[in-house]
Amino acid sequence: MINIIKKPLLQLKNISKVYPSVVANDQINLVIEPGEIHAVLGENGAGKSTLMKMIYGVSQPTVGDIFWQGKQVSIPNPATARKMGIGMVFQHFALFETLTVVENVALALEASEFNLSVLANKIEEVSERYGLPINPYQSVHSLSVGERQRVEIVRCLLQDPKLLIMDEPTSVLTPQAVQTLFKTLRKLSSEGCAILYISHKLDEIQTLCHSAMVLRHGKVTGHANPQQETASSLAQMMIGQALPEVKKAQKTFTEVRLSVDGLTTKSASQFETALSNINLKVHGGEIVGIAGVSGNGQNELVKYISGELTGSSQANNVVIMDTPVDGKNCAQRRELGLVFVPEERLGRGAVPVLDLKYNALLTGYSKNMLTGGAIKWIKPKKLQEFTDSCIEDNDVRCGGRDAIAKSLSGGNLQKFIVGRELALSPKVVLVSQPTWGVDVGAASFIRQELIDLASTGAAVLVISEEIEELFEICDTLYVISEGQLSPATAATDTTVSEIGLWMAGMWPDGPATLATNDNTAAQAQGV
Amino acid sequence: MSTELILSLTSLLAIGLGYAIPLIFASMGELVVEKSGVLNLGVEGMMIVGAVTAFSVTVDTGSVWLGLLAGGIAGTLISVIFAVLAIHLLTRQVPTGLALTIFGLGLSGYLGKDLVGKTVPDSIVYPVPILKEIPILGDSLFTQTLPGYLAIIIGLVVVYVLAKTRIGLIVRAVGESPEVAHSIGFSVRKTRYAATLFGGLMAGLGGGYIALIQQKFWVENMTAGIGWIALILVVFSSWKPFRLILGAIFFGIISGLSFYMQAKNYPINPNLLNSMPFIASMVVLCITSANSKRSSANAPASLGQSYHS
Amino acid sequence: MIMLEPRDQPSRLMQWLSPLLAVALTVLCGVLFFSYLGLEVKGAFYVFFIEPVSSMYGVGELLLKASPLCLIALGLAVGYRANIWNIGAEGQMVLGGIFGTYAAMYWLALPSYLLIPAILLMSILGGLLWAGIVAALKNWFNANELLTSLMLVYISFQLLLQVMTGTQENLALLQDPNGAGFPISPLFEMKAMLPMFSELNWSLWSTTRMHVGIFITLLFIPVMWLLVNRSFLGYQMLVAGQAPAAAAYSGFNQKKLVWTCLLISGGMAGLAGGLEMIGPNGQLQASWKPGYGFAAIIVAFVGRLQPIGIAIASLILSITYLGGESAQSSLSLPKSITLLFQGCLLFFLLACDLFIQFRLKWKPKNQQKTVGA
Repeated sequence: MINIIKKPLLQLKNISKVYPSVVANDQINLVIEPGEIHAVLGENGAGKSTLMKMIYGVSQPTVGDIFWQGKQVSIPNPATARKMGIGMVFQHFALFETLTVVENVALALEASEFNLSVLANKIEEVSERYGLPINPYQSVHSLSVGERQRVEIVRCLLQDPKLLIMDEPTSVLTPQAVQTLFKTLRKLSSEGCAILYISHKLDEIQTLCHSAMVLRHGKVTGHANPQQETASSLAQMMIGQALPEVKKAQKTFTEVRLSVDGLTTKSASQFETALSNINLKVHGGEIVGIAGVSGNGQNELVKYISGELTGSSQANNVVIMDTPVDGKNCAQRRELGLVFVPEERLGRGAVPVLDLKYNALLTGYSKNMLTGGAIKWIKPKKLQEFTDSCIEDNDVRCGGRDAIAKSLSGGNLQKFIVGRELALSPKVVLVSQPTWGVDVGAASFIRQELIDLASTGAAVLVISEEIEELFEICDTLYVISEGQLSPATAATDTTVSEIGLWMAGMWPDGPATLATNDNTAAQAQGV
Repeated sequence: MSTELILSLTSLLAIGLGYAIPLIFASMGELVVEKSGVLNLGVEGMMIVGAVTAFSVTVDTGSVWLGLLAGGIAGTLISVIFAVLAIHLLTRQVPTGLALTIFGLGLSGYLGKDLVGKTVPDSIVYPVPILKEIPILGDSLFTQTLPGYLAIIIGLVVVYVLAKTRIGLIVRAVGESPEVAHSIGFSVRKTRYAATLFGGLMAGLGGGYIALIQQKFWVENMTAGIGWIALILVVFSSWKPFRLILGAIFFGIISGLSFYMQAKNYPINPNLLNSMPFIASMVVLCITSANSKRSSANAPASLGQSYHS
Repeated sequence: MIMLEPRDQPSRLMQWLSPLLAVALTVLCGVLFFSYLGLEVKGAFYVFFIEPVSSMYGVGELLLKASPLCLIALGLAVGYRANIWNIGAEGQMVLGGIFGTYAAMYWLALPSYLLIPAILLMSILGGLLWAGIVAALKNWFNANELLTSLMLVYISFQLLLQVMTGTQENLALLQDPNGAGFPISPLFEMKAMLPMFSELNWSLWSTTRMHVGIFITLLFIPVMWLLVNRSFLGYQMLVAGQAPAAAAYSGFNQKKLVWTCLLISGGMAGLAGGLEMIGPNGQLQASWKPGYGFAAIIVAFVGRLQPIGIAIASLILSITYLGGESAQSSLSLPKSITLLFQGCLLFFLLACDLFIQFRLKWKPKNQQKTVGA
């Protein structure tokens, strides 16, 4: 084809997507040239994913036009998008756990190409060419997060895409694996494939992308050449204000309030990670952070501390306030002064279909809300007062105490749950992914709450994937990888890149160092 | 082995297989339905409607094949009610399936009110040449009516389709994660509709087989829990189709045992014998469920959950 | 194009409107059905819905049937709120009948004021036993309660045959020695029977078969209301049903909840069985298939799993029974159309419930564009 007048690969004109309660995208214009790596920058909920889903045909714009290689098109479904040459790697991988790699790939291809053995060869070929090694016959559930992403990318590459959409691709990768990914993306770009790179991480966009569009509240707040901008000017566009700062208080640590001693477990199913010899201590007044790529045993560790899982191989592994809690359930551990904010807000930290009163009761019942002997009755008045104070003290924006939990935004519900737990005058606080999917304002509010609480003497354990967050609030850091926990290090004694290496299991005697030295580097990049 | 023992083993196996055929029909259908993520508890209702329709058409036309076909169509049609409610209108699947069973029992009672006491022609048994000479197995396994062979063939086809073909892969994918299937571009709704209707067809055929070939008469409630046993079989098989066929034969033999023992005048309590299929199904349910790691590993992850795109 | 759109908050109006709508649609279905059969619609409608309750006797029958439905459904609803699916109340009721009959036959030495409570306690015990099996299998072996409770229904029918069928020479446990080997128990003695309203000289009810058992049902309505709406246990059950992970997070003892829910529903179904025995039935028969255990599932749903709703819903379901019987005698329709209408009612209810969480929205179709490149 001869391109005399250069036409853009993809052009969006005045695209809007309106949902009943929110305008997710408002009059978006975007132009992408072949071979360009184009960033779409914005914080959680800015409308990035909505926009990408329209380009990939998962949903349709309410208004606006899409042009592909100069022609106006509508993209009714992902199959059409793929036929046109658009591939997408989802943030939450679009893979079927119980199927093999080759079966997963086959499902995305045309029915006429359904020949598993031929396809398996092609997968090996492509994965070799782009440095993405995978075994086509392995089941997806046995793959690491990094390997799953490779499957997604290879699946796209097999369809010779002209445009590859990457939705927050690095949120699940170690810093070293990110570098490998960037190498692959640059190679693709040099071969003429355009890449739409969605992220909220400023440094990545500055190193990788040729151009950037910034979204805030569904609107475009700017186009920029990221290499010519500073991180703070990009942040300004993304957030609309300067980044809020968290105030740290003076530290004095007291006695050990939570300790885990040699916790070793077996995985109960193929979806669980076994823990191996976990040792950690949290003192009163201390904030301890555990970093790590998700799926490395965080879930299991949290559940063994909270009491949702019990019965490890050894007794008395977890000690809360000098009391061994082996065999005690969540309610009994809460009586010792433990509170817990889980990563899933809906369905675990709160019951989606119940109102805020009944969600306050979930753990708040111990605050003098029940009366009676064998059968306990609820005191409605006490419950209302407690709920109202949770809402007011934490600036929870909602329709009052009768609003059901799932009607709240992620940030507001998280503030409510954190508020409910902290209102129980805790001695030990366990928090998992405190700011996942939470807007910047709520996130800094929650971080400040944790710091303030620690300064009053509580022991705080935070598990998070956001390294920056951990460095911001923690005194002591651990890293979890493949079910093993690194040694403790003071946050001031380490760096982001060291923690990054540790996330790949490469602390002294960590899981990755068991391999020979030659393989170490390769593994670090692979995980 | 004495001749007598061989003879009794053969006839027990033959009777057992007769009871297994409707179970193979119904449970294979339900397996496909559940693989797509839909839990249709209305198997009993679909079977009984299939049974009454098949019987009535055969009484009118004299043709067992036409009757069986009609039974299958009736099962399919009544499963459409479930599909519309549970897949389109997102009703909760458990009560919807219960409603389907209650409705089916009522409908069949009404449709069958004039059929009590009528008879249908005998179905001819076609032994398979050569294979029927195999000792013990030959006389039971390869001495079936044509619809009996049909059940076994459909069962094997389902095993193949689920494991090896693209369609089977799509059904399994939709059952595991409708969200992912949708994002890749498959229609969750269409897949689940197709699976549910196939389940209806198979349950209808199973019901028709009971009325036309196994019992040869019509009486209200004649499926007597077989639809529910089919549901348990699916759990028992850990959603593996080949194990399902073997499970159906095992249950067929247990059901046949009571008939056989009574025919032979063994002094065993008949009420206990009649309870055996139900007691056995509870026992196997406990055994398979007790190890949750193994039993749930193969269960479709979205089983019983509505999906709204 | 009409689209479904999720509501932010579930609609409270639809919560209560939906059962009414479902009843209306079922009646409409009935009208269409009757006219399809070529029956005169008004007449058939009268026979099915009005005639059965046009006399005091009829009202008594209505309440007599509503009472066990209500009692069983109250128990089932507790479990359903916790996502514990006991669908075997029929079997638990049969066990209640068997156990109650045993006491009514063999414990006649007791004075009446002890005998009747003893019979009822025995029938509760029967229901507890049958539901206890379900709970034990669920807690110990993780066996699906829906399937096991239903299997136990079929086993209970066999057990009933076992205790009812013998020969004149070799009587079964509960068989009438003077019954010529028929599979029936003796008629219970007066002292074992619940007093009837007519015996208490309540003249308004003199023509009915009403007995004092209904007061037990009436007592349970407020008791269950308190349990469901005001107790911490009721709240825990709700959480366990709606979000099991949240229940684990909060530290509720899930196994205890399983025992509690199943034993409550089983005990109440058993009690309903005992009340049937020493109330309207007066004897146990081998062919007894009450049917209330299944219909009560529908009652629980139509009643929104709420005790007051269940009381009203039990009256509605009771009508379908009476209507079925009346249609059988007057219109020569088979009795099974009762089940047909009950199934329809549940279908319509579930469909109408959609509008609690969703609303309809008119959405214009997108203008045509070229598809693909």
